[in-house]
Amino acid sequence: MFNAKVYISLKEGVADPQGATIKHALDSLGFKGVNEVKTGKYFQIELNIKNKREAEKQIEDMCKKILVNPVIEKYEYEIEEIKR
Amino acid sequence: MREPEKIDAEIIKDHGLTVEEYEKIKKALKREPNFTELGIFSVMWSEHCSYKSSKLILKKFPTKGSNILVEAGKENAGVVDIGDGLAVVFKMESHNHPSAIEPFQGAATGVGGIIRDIFTMGARPVLLMDSLRFGPVSDPKSRYLLRGVVGGIAFYGNCIGIPTVGGETFFDESYKGNPLVNVLCLGIVKKNSIIKAKAEGEGNTIFYVGSSTGRDGLGGASFASRELTDESHKDRPSVQIGDPFMEKLLLEATLELIRTGVVVGMQDMGAAGLTSSTVETASRGNSGAQIDISRVPRREKGMIPYEVMLSESQERMLVVVKKNKEEEAKKIFKKWDLNAVPIGKVTSDGVFKVKEGEKVVASIPVKSLTDDAPIYLRERAKPKYLEEANNLDLSSLPLPENIEKVFVKILSSPNISSKRWIFEQYDHMVGTNTILLPGHDSAVVRVKETRKAIAVSCDGNGRYCYLDPYEGGKIAVAEAARNVVCVGAKPLAITNCLNFGTPTDPEIFWQFTKCVEGIAIACRELETPVTGGNVSFYNENPQGAIDPTPIVGMLGLINDFSFLCTPWFKKEGDLIILLGNGEKSIGGSEYLQCIHQLKKGRPPELDLTTEKLLQKTCLELIKKGLVNSAHDVSDGGLAICLAECCILNRENLIGATINLERDIDEREDILLFGEVQSQIILSCSPQNFPYIEKIANKNKISLKLLGKVGGENLIIKKEGKVLISKNIKEIHKIWENSLVKEIKI
Amino acid sequence: MKFGVVIFPGSNCDYDCWWAIKQVTGERVDFIWHKEKNIENFDCIVLPGGFSYGDYLRTGAIARFSPVMRKIKEFAQRGGLVIGICNGFQILLEAGLLPGAMRKNKNLLFVCKYTYLRVENCSTPFTRLFKRGQILRMPIAHFEGNYYTDQDVLSKLKKNNQIIFRYCNRKGEITEEDNPNGSLEAIAGICNKEKNILGMMPHPERCSEAILGSEDGKIIWESIVESLKDRNRGKK
Repeated sequence: MFNAKVYISLKEGVADPQGATIKHALDSLGFKGVNEVKTGKYFQIELNIKNKREAEKQIEDMCKKILVNPVIEKYEYEIEEIKR
Repeated sequence: MREPEKIDAEIIKDHGLTVEEYEKIKKALKREPNFTELGIFSVMWSEHCSYKSSKLILKKFPTKGSNILVEAGKENAGVVDIGDGLAVVFKMESHNHPSAIEPFQGAATGVGGIIRDIFTMGARPVLLMDSLRFGPVSDPKSRYLLRGVVGGIAFYGNCIGIPTVGGETFFDESYKGNPLVNVLCLGIVKKNSIIKAKAEGEGNTIFYVGSSTGRDGLGGASFASRELTDESHKDRPSVQIGDPFMEKLLLEATLELIRTGVVVGMQDMGAAGLTSSTVETASRGNSGAQIDISRVPRREKGMIPYEVMLSESQERMLVVVKKNKEEEAKKIFKKWDLNAVPIGKVTSDGVFKVKEGEKVVASIPVKSLTDDAPIYLRERAKPKYLEEANNLDLSSLPLPENIEKVFVKILSSPNISSKRWIFEQYDHMVGTNTILLPGHDSAVVRVKETRKAIAVSCDGNGRYCYLDPYEGGKIAVAEAARNVVCVGAKPLAITNCLNFGTPTDPEIFWQFTKCVEGIAIACRELETPVTGGNVSFYNENPQGAIDPTPIVGMLGLINDFSFLCTPWFKKEGDLIILLGNGEKSIGGSEYLQCIHQLKKGRPPELDLTTEKLLQKTCLELIKKGLVNSAHDVSDGGLAICLAECCILNRENLIGATINLERDIDEREDILLFGEVQSQIILSCSPQNFPYIEKIANKNKISLKLLGKVGGENLIIKKEGKVLISKNIKEIHKIWENSLVKEIKI
Repeated sequence: MKFGVVIFPGSNCDYDCWWAIKQVTGERVDFIWHKEKNIENFDCIVLPGGFSYGDYLRTGAIARFSPVMRKIKEFAQRGGLVIGICNGFQILLEAGLLPGAMRKNKNLLFVCKYTYLRVENCSTPFTRLFKRGQILRMPIAHFEGNYYTDQDVLSKLKKNNQIIFRYCNRKGEITEEDNPNGSLEAIAGICNKEKNILGMMPHPERCSEAILGSEDGKIIWESIVESLKDRNRGKK
């Protein structure tokens, strides 16, 4: 069994209005030194797969096929084995 | 991005400029352009900004009328007088290519762009409508695009708080991979508060307002002027992200600013961003402009002047403020937490000068970018497919064995069935003016503090235009007008969105020319001038061009909204009347496509003189309070129209019994599902019938009594023989659930 | 008597509320900018619908920090009447003035349509002119109106009669099918224990005139006016 953590964020250069608005709110609440806020999505996916390479391939495929819109988004993931 | 050292043939070609056009640039500048200047010329001379292929043809449109306050082309949107000191500003625009690449953001930014066009003229936007075209719902990619586009429109429109009150959606093979997303926005403004998109008065200050500038949408205008290829998804930088929250602030701040009287002119930074907004406003004001782009707020580091000038980042505007009134403007923008930076001045030398700090990075005569842009009359040739396509042999079409089954199948076609899944995702009530909910002939919103209401309808049948672009163009106007007439509104003017393939293809350009001619003649006859619009070429995918699809947005006015007429049957015992007597045709019909999988024949004929009389008659009947409902016979023919009259009010479904007379040799399929122009189904109390007959006779419009409202079934008989007999609840269920079922696959 | 309609950046039903209250009650209605720190002279505060701050973090999450919100808390603690509609309801939840939270609608889509509501409690200042069990036709328009709270809070809501409106069908029956967003126990509106703060997802301002297809929303504004009149009489 593997647990995958998938992080999706907007590609460099793609506008992030949500991030900008939240940054503005942080500024006005008095948080000092906030340079930038970027928003994204986070998925946790549990895989009933034995082989780590196979698990990676699955996650890679999921990202490409459905989780990520490659036009505007990029992704990263971590995979770790869960022992029960 | 790095600036190339030398401009070579490759770079010129990449900018979509021909060798001749490059020579023309050199002549205008009396020297070689630098890279920034080349970029500026390429976007200003792109099809999107210059209308170089369409301009000569568009001159065929009638643009004058007694209530037209601003003529087409003079400003960013047309302005129509509606009395009471008020005017309507409205326009339709396409966002087809961006939506094909990234449907959600593509559609969302399309909505944002057209809204800015309206409020920068000082009008408060009161409604949005959309005309959408997709490939078949059975195709997963088309469903993906549909979900994304509808989601994007909802996201933007709902958030900014402008109701999306209606529209139309049509599915056809020809739009596979190249969906059409046409959005109409309409605003209301006091006649004396209209703001022009003009930069004039030497020394007045040019403000940059709104979001900061990034590399997104770089060269979007030239992107829209290219065909879609399999490589198009790699055009990433052309995708912009919409920020409806920012735009809501811009909208409120702008309207507040206009009330102070310090604004000289303003324009949205839409296609070709900072470049086109500065150049076009200066050109309209017969002025020059000087700006310093080192003052432009930026989101990304290391942007070169070329990138700043060509960026299409969203939610930005150019505002020209009277000199010495800058602080007043700044104060209002600050209240709304908006960026507002003075970046330059209006000048009198007719030159567009761009500086970065002290360094001049571009210097171009304004008129060379606008009035002197190239214009082409493209070659035209009648398409070869037409002869074969127009030839429909009726005798080869088998008569349906079970006509009721055919009825059910057409009723459940995605093109006919309820679009509730779409319009319930749109906030169609915000503003509390929507007095006819979506899903009907027209959208209707009342105008607060008056008795008036505005009706808008969007129409355009790509199949008809494929088979006969001239008739199809005429029909788009007539049908849109008929739709506003059916709710009791007088048609006043149109805007349009003309969606076609590649204009350098002579067959495409022939289709374009014919459609424009058709629209022009219908607008002339029906006295609804063209107030503006938008042309979208290059709508092609690897399989070929889309069906020629001109969309007409018709504006109608109801003087007293208590006379609003709705399409559904209301009372047991009411008489059902068919007004008008057009010739039915099966060519290009939903029946032919849905049952026989054919796109052939000729669309129904439209006689504009009859049409005008029909509309006049219908309006007179509604205004005199003689009819209880009016609904025009359109896609799917008479049977579908009658079914809709029974079920459009889901709170009160009501049946009807219809007796059709025998028409000589008319086949049952044509009788029920043949499509027709200039026909309206009315219902009325029996005691009103003689008056209705009198008025119809006076206007020389034919009138037939078809049957009676009542019961729990829709029964259609021909000379006593029952063709269709179906429970209304069942009909409603089929019609209501078909599209949802297909989408949820 | 004076109503105040708060404008947050991104509010979009502010003007609609202003218009409806004016049309129905004829009383004075003023706008309150979200940075305003003085709301002394108001009798009823309306938090309108919209997308305050674009709803970019969570619905209502940023708006609750607006300067005016602290004043509204004090106003409510003094017994002032506060009604939050749609986004206004979401802000009240985020601000802790009402219990619970909103999830995305069960179909994961924005939903704008007419719904039927059943009046569960007509002894509040906002609902006193309704009859108990009365069925109303009122539109909703939201993405996140799927009310949620834990069992503890739910039983308290029930015990104290804090559930004010439930989604139902035309006959007033509560069914899964007629719950438009998946809300817990079909809850459409709740109030605080003291009954002076009401939060509701449906939009009464959108059905306060016959021309708009329903007038059921009117009764809320009229109830508020009655309550305030009583109160003012008491004061004198």
